[in-house]
Amino acid sequence: MSEAASSLPAPVPKPKPITNKMPWWMNGLAIPGVQLLLALAVASLVVLGVGESPFATLKVMLVGALDPQAGLSSTLYYATSLIFTGLAVTVAFHAGLFNIGGEGQAYVAGLGVALACLWLDGTLSAPLMFLVAVFTAMLFGAAWALLPGYLQARRGAHVVVTTIMFNYIAAGLLNYMLANVIRSQEGMAIETRPFKEAALLPKAQPWLQSMGIEVGPSYLNLSLLVALICVGLVWWLLWYTRLGYALRTYGQNPRAAKYAGMSAATMIVTAMLISGALAGLMAVNDVYGAQGRLVLNYTGGMGFLGIAVALMGRNHPLGVLASALLFGALYQGSTDLQLEFPRISPELILVIQGLVVFFAAALDRLVRDPMERWYLQRQLKRAAR
Amino acid sequence: MSGDTSIGYAVEMLGITKRFGTVLANDRIEMKIAAGTIHGVVGENGAGKSTLMSILYGFYQADEGEIRLQGKPVQIRSSTEAIAQGVGMVHQHFMLVEPLSALENILLGAEDGWLLAKARQKAEVRLKTLMQTHHLPVDLHKLVEAMPVGEQQRLEILKALFRRARILILDEPTGVLTPQEAAQLFTILRELRAQGVTVVLITHKLQEIMDVTDNVTVMRAGRVVAQRRTQDTSREELAELMIGRPVLLQVDKGSKPAADSAVRLAVKNLRYHDARGVERLKGLDFELRAGEILGIAGVSGNGQTELLAVLAGLLKPSAGELQLNTLGQQRRFDAKQWLPASELRAFGCGHVPEDRLGEGVIKNFSMQESAVLGFHQDAELGGWAWLSPKRIRERTLRLIEAFDVRPVLPSLRTADMSGGNQQKLVIAREMARQPEVLLVGQPTRGVDLGAIERIYRELIKARDAGAAILLVSVELEEIFALTDRVMVMNCGAITGIVETAQSSAKDIGMLMTQEKAAA
Repeated sequence: MSEAASSLPAPVPKPKPITNKMPWWMNGLAIPGVQLLLALAVASLVVLGVGESPFATLKVMLVGALDPQAGLSSTLYYATSLIFTGLAVTVAFHAGLFNIGGEGQAYVAGLGVALACLWLDGTLSAPLMFLVAVFTAMLFGAAWALLPGYLQARRGAHVVVTTIMFNYIAAGLLNYMLANVIRSQEGMAIETRPFKEAALLPKAQPWLQSMGIEVGPSYLNLSLLVALICVGLVWWLLWYTRLGYALRTYGQNPRAAKYAGMSAATMIVTAMLISGALAGLMAVNDVYGAQGRLVLNYTGGMGFLGIAVALMGRNHPLGVLASALLFGALYQGSTDLQLEFPRISPELILVIQGLVVFFAAALDRLVRDPMERWYLQRQLKRAAR
Repeated sequence: MSGDTSIGYAVEMLGITKRFGTVLANDRIEMKIAAGTIHGVVGENGAGKSTLMSILYGFYQADEGEIRLQGKPVQIRSSTEAIAQGVGMVHQHFMLVEPLSALENILLGAEDGWLLAKARQKAEVRLKTLMQTHHLPVDLHKLVEAMPVGEQQRLEILKALFRRARILILDEPTGVLTPQEAAQLFTILRELRAQGVTVVLITHKLQEIMDVTDNVTVMRAGRVVAQRRTQDTSREELAELMIGRPVLLQVDKGSKPAADSAVRLAVKNLRYHDARGVERLKGLDFELRAGEILGIAGVSGNGQTELLAVLAGLLKPSAGELQLNTLGQQRRFDAKQWLPASELRAFGCGHVPEDRLGEGVIKNFSMQESAVLGFHQDAELGGWAWLSPKRIRERTLRLIEAFDVRPVLPSLRTADMSGGNQQKLVIAREMARQPEVLLVGQPTRGVDLGAIERIYRELIKARDAGAAILLVSVELEEIFALTDRVMVMNCGAITGIVETAQSSAKDIGMLMTQEKAAA
């Protein structure tokens, strides 16, 4: 036995810990980039099937979405709404909650903004009205998220279920309010009267023009700055505050949060309030900033699209910013597409959006695993050398 | 001896290599297990023992290398194939269906045909012979959930033998057993050896290796570092081989505290009912004094976990009273107004939870984020609303230094730290404020020997500085190494509180199985 022992390999020092962590450029650029290319490749097949050239359509979309003289500002306008709804999903996600109610929260916030504007637009100046709109949007959005949060915290009713139901309730409530209570007396459309010009801030286009920057006409307004500030604030909240630490702890491991003395009910309700307030801010961009009135179904699915934005952005505020720009560009690019190619129906853009979500979120591992393996192999080879 | 080819090998593992990502779990393992012997495999956590056995049992495929059974090269791609080759495994956590009877559990997956009744009859005959020849009494018609753990384990062994296992792997088999049950198990293993069965015993308890094995393989960092005949080696040598340097298995406890030191924590008539209404704590009374370590011993699942959770404010008791005498104040809590978990640390208490990964740290957080779990409201760590990553980092580095946590890399993901270092971080965190009362659950579960030594020394140091420490552990060795008094629990009740120095393992083992409090 003793010879056997001596012929065994000599004891080795413990290897230094090798982590399988990916560098930022893999997670942030390479992997989502490949996923996007795959989605576009499959979408190209659909376009081919319709009988159009994928390259021509892609070019039209890119130009339509990114030309500073034309569509870029509309892209940014759509992106603004998506940043808000994407951040809303992100904050809830970090606390372990899946808030699917951004649509309803934004819609109810629209009601709040409309009520405030209809009431105060004769008395307040534009800057004050803007602040009131921001405040009421957050208040109404948060209020609409409060009850689902409370129900989960106290009664264990899952927010995925309750927020979906609250989307329907919001739609019903708003339809009723718009049709019967705050509908404009003039015109056929189901919408409120336009808010008074004096209470509204000018859109981005005249401002930029006065600074000598030529952009196409669009709904883009000051809310984009609010959205960018929110990106920073959410980042700060999640990773640099005591509350953010508690929210993330609860989201990662509710038992550990309890061990650390955090109250589950407080965490759930707080996360839902912040999430709802963020989703509500979409009303500032749209109802106050863009339309200057509340129209039926103004949210147009942007609340739901926020879920895709957050998934694609990997629930990081910067990722949300990037993917909101991407989805904003897809949204805007598709409008030009319909004008140029009559054979392409507006639903194609839903196909592309769906494919992006499919490859980036649902089939994430399809791309991620081989790419991570490739990266690790490369590291191993390098280490061997 | 090793050159003697006349010895038949039941298992030969030749050049087995297994990688997970960049981690080399098994590095060119050579292991030969002689037929009809009891072969021990020891090593720290993460040394690669479980991976190696999982390869033998078909859970994983080796990247390189060859397995031979009875001299023949084999391919084992699944546990079904392993069983077909005569390899059986008894897992640390039993693979039994609790609401089914012993017989049904044995037949599960080995029904042999469509008609159960016939298979049952046939099986029973064979099982009776097996039970007799191997001295493995199991009540075949009893439900598993009604069986004590010792019988469940015999059932697992019987299950493997029924499937004609000639090679039996046991993974940490004594973790859930009382000393008496463990001794019984070893008798069974010796019987099996006498019948020609080859037994592979994976354990981290060196005494067991010395007691029952013929040969032992020591693993470290994914490699085999030594293979010895048990009679030619010693506990000390094995311990040294396992961690690569000599270790103190006994810590100098120093003198016992004065019996009249202040009572820091007193519990009166503590009762707890779980969500299903089962009474888990049946009226406990005890006191914990400054400068002592009170051990809570018992087979796991007899209320120790619940007691710790109630004292930490994580569970609300149904009746009882708690007195805390900390920070120069007397505080009294009753079942209606129980101690809130959020206040625990504010009252000068620390809590090292039993379930480190489930409660003590957050796997996906960085080391420094895990290092402030429970302390995120500390004024020192930031402003009114925000936390300063710089100050968190500084505190983490202080904890790392105090407890020699490795690696010194506060940004490392907690899950990428070894179990021992995670545990050192948790204990460092909870002891940093010199708590007057420290609740400690299973401080060395899944922790390597080097870290155990460190943790023991720090606990003793805290005790000597006047801390009142409540230590819950299922390891008797640990209870003896650390505590001044031992409180033994069985079925949610205290069966005795004894002075450690005046008790033997046998005494405590008796109390563990005793029905009702004698003291």
